Amino acid sequence: MAQAGWLRALPALTLLAMLGPVAAGLAGTVLPAFGHMPGIGAQGPSLAPFVALLAWPGLGAAVWTSVFTGLMATVLSLGAVVLITAGWWGTRPFHWFERALSPLLAVPHAAAAFGLAFLIAPSGWLARLASPALTGWARPPDWLIVHDPWGLSLVAGLVAKEVPFLLLMTLAALAQADVARSLRVAQALGHGRIAAWLFCVFPRVYAQTRLAVFVVLVFGMTVVDVALILGPSTPPPLAVQILRWMGDPDLSQRMTAAAGALVQLALVLGALAAWIGLERLVARAGCLWIMAGLRGRGGSAARAAGLGLGAASALAVLGGLACLAVWSVAGFWGFPDPLPAFAGLTNWARYGPGLWDATADTVLVAGAAVGLAVLLVLGCLEAEHRSGRALRTRGLWLIYLPLLVPQIAFLPGLQTLLLQIGADTGVAPVIAAHLVFVLPYVFLSLGDPWRAWDTRHARVAAALGAAPGAVFWRVRLPMLLRPVLTAAAVGFAVSVGQYLPTLLIGGGRVATLTTEAVALAAGGDRRAIGVHGIAQTAAALLPFAIAIALPAIVWRKRRGLHG
Amino acid sequence: MADGLILDRLAVTRHGAPLVALDRVIPPGAVLTVMGPSGVGKSTLLAAITGTLAPGFACTGRVVLNGRDITAAPPHTRRVGILFQDDLLFPHLSVGENLAFGLRGGGDRAARRARIAAALAEVGLDGFAGRDPATLSGGQKARVALMRMLLSDPAALLLDEAFSGLDADRRARMRTLVFDRAHALGLPVLMVTHDHADADAAGGDVIDLRPGGA
Repeated sequence: MAQAGWLRALPALTLLAMLGPVAAGLAGTVLPAFGHMPGIGAQGPSLAPFVALLAWPGLGAAVWTSVFTGLMATVLSLGAVVLITAGWWGTRPFHWFERALSPLLAVPHAAAAFGLAFLIAPSGWLARLASPALTGWARPPDWLIVHDPWGLSLVAGLVAKEVPFLLLMTLAALAQADVARSLRVAQALGHGRIAAWLFCVFPRVYAQTRLAVFVVLVFGMTVVDVALILGPSTPPPLAVQILRWMGDPDLSQRMTAAAGALVQLALVLGALAAWIGLERLVARAGCLWIMAGLRGRGGSAARAAGLGLGAASALAVLGGLACLAVWSVAGFWGFPDPLPAFAGLTNWARYGPGLWDATADTVLVAGAAVGLAVLLVLGCLEAEHRSGRALRTRGLWLIYLPLLVPQIAFLPGLQTLLLQIGADTGVAPVIAAHLVFVLPYVFLSLGDPWRAWDTRHARVAAALGAAPGAVFWRVRLPMLLRPVLTAAAVGFAVSVGQYLPTLLIGGGRVATLTTEAVALAAGGDRRAIGVHGIAQTAAALLPFAIAIALPAIVWRKRRGLHG
Repeated sequence: MADGLILDRLAVTRHGAPLVALDRVIPPGAVLTVMGPSGVGKSTLLAAITGTLAPGFACTGRVVLNGRDITAAPPHTRRVGILFQDDLLFPHLSVGENLAFGLRGGGDRAARRARIAAALAEVGLDGFAGRDPATLSGGQKARVALMRMLLSDPAALLLDEAFSGLDADRRARMRTLVFDRAHALGLPVLMVTHDHADADAAGGDVIDLRPGGA
């Protein structure tokens, strides 16, 4: 049983790969935040970085934007998902959502944000389609829609991407809840469909999707790439400003950045605490409502709102992608024209060489991170199977932890730390940084189908003389080829979408499709953005197509595997 | 008496509490039937013999098969065959590959292929080697599962509600097939069932397990 030895070490190794960089990064943030950065001759401790941070005139607005956009995006996306599932679960429109879910999820945040910007800008597609017939505009109006000071466009961009994410997590939870019977009982007791859902199904589902909601809240408060594309710019949200300080030629600004990162972390913790308080209030209110014996009204309005929000978020992403695609082949496009002159592949040819290099880096980083992640996760699940010890709630918190610590709070520290210990920036550290975020998603994606496998197959195989290794390689892995490939595709999409880890840990020497695309945001060259956005989306979507096609081809003669 | 399956004061506990116990000798070719309500620990008893007890369960006593103490042996070295209610054919392998999975190593390709073809012919499934298991009827799948298990050359046979998934007609035929083969090969058989017709067809001793340990 020599194999079992290193197999037993895999869960610890996985935790190290996931949490090591987070812990190191946080440590690397604390020291410079308190003025200790020997590399540039700063000997702490001192509060000077916090003084510099407080002296920045934009701090109040930056903090407000961070909190406002994060909370709004979370409330709206959770509300949309609750209304969609409560009003439409089991109906035909709901199945459309389910089918559109994977592609919507795979679209990188940056591409979706660019697409939305191209749709809703004063000179965007929506204005063009409505002009001049409906609006009478011959020229785009001078309105600040994208980069609006309240961050409403940023909220819209976040909601469009978080609705599919929360819907997916909800579907996974629904699969384990006895929904149909609970609904029937509640409706027999005189509750409307929505009320029945809210009181009987939602509490159970929310308990299981709660960590995902936290992830949405943290992400919304601290996202950088979407904020660069859609968010306010003077002042930007705190996370974007931290990145600016990190890029400042004056290296002492990195200490200000570190102080800002700690403030950002504190904001996130505060918002999470406020959210948990809100959960309690809602639960209390729900209980009071039930005790009062009230029956819900306004069900049809709520259903309509759910459908509208769901459709709007899906159309925002898909319509945005269509807009990117049109811009990528656009020649001259005067304002109110609904479509541009067709330029063929001219734009693609112009950006081709750079695009090719960026694709190579993207695939290298994503391929390596996903390969490592799948190996580690399979090892962990196999170790779990052989030891018979299943993951508990505490373990799930550990898996979610890298997603709950804001990237902007620990990646600057990790970069500083790497520089201080003389480790080179470049591809290998970037892969390790991507692994931190790919691992949780691969784990979450593969865990359920892996554990749902009928272990009597393993007992039969053992009775037929197959050792544990043979059971794994010859029975379990081939049978679970489809979920393994799907998990790999999820991981790949996550890696393709990473902006901050590539930028900060790569030290400017790793240029992926995402960093290239986001770098174009300031320039506003819509053809270049269209080309890069579509390339980025294709890189994220293609693995899903492979994950669907490959098992269908390999197992084309095996009907038992086409569930 | 070294031959057969000896369950020497075999007792299974769950989190320390006694669950089920058996002290029996099953001679070669004989069938012992274990009956009892669900939840009494019948399947757990079989898991103790195949060495696949779930976490939280433990067993004391000894399992001796043809003179070899297999109480602590890894499951894949015990040579204890088992059939479940579901056929559990591997869906990614053809019928022939399923049988090849069971067939012990050795022999060249042609010889192995011939043995598999012969095994299929024995149960009236000539020429089924290339078929997708998902295209077989329930009775055909059950027969393939039986031959797969027999090709692995087991020294004992466990039946966990093995006939419950079949309709009355197929069930009787499958029972006859299994018991005839076990008898011919001299295999001790331990059968768990809730159907008295199974017990009658087996013709051997019947143990009725009661909740709280026998």
